[in-house]
Amino acid sequence: MKKNVEISREHLLYLRGTRNKSIIVNVIRCAVLVLFLTIWELSAQLLWVNPFITSSPSRIAKTIADLYKNGSLFLHVGTTLWETLAGFAIAVVLGYSIALLLWWSDALRRISEPYFVVLNALPKIALGPLIIIWCGTGSEAIVFMTVLIGLIVAILNMLNGFMATEKSKLLLMQSMGANKLQVLTKLVIPSSLPNFISMLKINVGMAWIGSIMGEYIVSKAGIGYLIVYGGQVFKLDLVMSAVFILCVLAAGMYALVALAERLLIKNK
Amino acid sequence: MKEVLRFDNVSMHYHSKQGETVALEKVSFSVHEGEFVAIIGPSGCGKTTLLSLAAGLLAPTKGKVSALNVSLGYMLQKDELFPWRTIEKNIFLPLEIKRANTPQNRAHAVALAEKYGLKQFLKNYPSQLSGGMRQRAALIRTLAMNPDVLLLDEPFSALDYQTRLSVCDDVYKIIRNEKKTALLITHDISEAISVADKIFVLSKRPAKIIAEHLLEFPENEPLKRRENKEFSRWFEILWKELNQ
Repeated sequence: MKKNVEISREHLLYLRGTRNKSIIVNVIRCAVLVLFLTIWELSAQLLWVNPFITSSPSRIAKTIADLYKNGSLFLHVGTTLWETLAGFAIAVVLGYSIALLLWWSDALRRISEPYFVVLNALPKIALGPLIIIWCGTGSEAIVFMTVLIGLIVAILNMLNGFMATEKSKLLLMQSMGANKLQVLTKLVIPSSLPNFISMLKINVGMAWIGSIMGEYIVSKAGIGYLIVYGGQVFKLDLVMSAVFILCVLAAGMYALVALAERLLIKNK
Repeated sequence: MKEVLRFDNVSMHYHSKQGETVALEKVSFSVHEGEFVAIIGPSGCGKTTLLSLAAGLLAPTKGKVSALNVSLGYMLQKDELFPWRTIEKNIFLPLEIKRANTPQNRAHAVALAEKYGLKQFLKNYPSQLSGGMRQRAALIRTLAMNPDVLLLDEPFSALDYQTRLSVCDDVYKIIRNEKKTALLITHDISEAISVADKIFVLSKRPAKIIAEHLLEFPENEPLKRRENKEFSRWFEILWKELNQ
C-alpha cells in the first residue's frame, strides 16, 4: 500500500469496521473470563457447590498468597521453570543436531528410521522407573524425562523440514557447484526456518508435559509436586492454584516463542 | 569460430526398478562461441537431461561431453530466487558459493543489475517483484560469475504469455549485449525461432537429433522476428519435424 494516498470513505468505513470487530471480540473474551470467575466464586460462596471440592477464585488467590508468604512459591515455580526450560533447550538443540546428521547421511537415515518410529510411538512415561534408577530422584530425572518426551518429536519434525527442501533449488545449488556444507548452510537451514518455529511451538507443549509428568513420578518441589501433594492430602485449593500458575507460565512461554517467530520471520 | 561445447555420440540411460529407459541416443552436436543455439523437442524427450549433461551435473552412459575451457551458467525454469534473501543477496549467491565474494565481483554483479533495471529493487525481497523482474534477477544471478556459456532450461515456461514474450525479448537482449554464448532448450517452437541462430530438433524418446537449421533474419530481436514472414515458414517446418 502506498502512503500519501487519499483514503476513500468506503475504505475508511471498512477499516473502522474491522477494528470494531476485533475490539468486540476482545471485550467478549474478557467478559467470558469475568463471568466464569464470578459464577465460580458465587456458587462457592453461596454453597451451591462444595467449595472443598471445587475450590474458588478467592481461595486460589489466598492459597497463592500463602505460598508467597511462606516463601515456597518461587521455589516451586523456579524448580518447574528450570526443569522445563532445561529440558526444552536440550531437546531442541540435540534434536536439531541429530536431524542435521540424519539429513547429511542417507545411510544413517535409512538405517535408523524404524528405531525412530518405535521410539516415537513408545509412551515415554513407561520409562519412569528406569529414569529414577538411572538419574536418581533429583531435578536431573525430571529434565531427562522432559528431554525424552521432546527429543524424538524435535528430530522427526526438523528432519521433515530438511528433507522438504525444493528439488529445483537443490539443482540450482548443484549447478553453481555448491558442496554439501554450502547446500546446508545457504539453502536447507534457511528454507526450513518455518519448520524450526513450528518445532519450537510443539516442543514448548512437550516440555511442560515432560516436566509435570516427571514431577508426578519423582519430585521434592515444583508445580507438579504441588498438584500431586495437594491431591494426596485432599487440598484441592492447592491443586487448583498449581494449575492456575501452570496456565500462566505456559502462556508466557508460548508468547515468548511467538515473539521469536516474529523476529525470525520478517520477510514472509 | 571457436567450439565451446561439444557432445560426441552421447547416450544416456536411466535405471529404475521398473527397467531401463534410454533418454538420449548417440547425440552429437557442438556450440560455437557467440552462437545462440536452441534445441527443441517434444515434452519429456530428455531435454533437461541433455542440459544437465552439458552442465556436468550428470555423467553420460556412453560418449563424451566436453566444455572446452569455458565456464557455464545455468538458468532454470523458475527463477528459484531465495525468498529469505534480498535481490542483491540472491545475486551474490554464486559468488559466495564459488568463494569469489570479493568487492570487485560484487561491484560487477551490482553494476550488471543496475544496467538492466534492477537498481531500485536490490534491497527488496523477491516476493515484492513481478514475475518478469524476478526472471531478470535470476539471469543477473547467472551472469554474476561471468560465465562464457549460458544454459537455459525453458527459462520462460513458468511465466504467463504476455510476460513471457517481453521477458524473452529482455533476456535475449541482455545475453547479446553481454556477448554470451547460449544454449536454450525448449518445447516451444516459436520461442526457439524468435531467439536462435541455430536450431537442433530432437525426436521423441529415445531422443536423437533429427534436424539442424541455420536461421537468418534481417532483424534479430525476438519480437521483431515474430512479425517477419519467415517466422511462420520456419514454424511450419519445425512443427512437421517435431510431429514426425
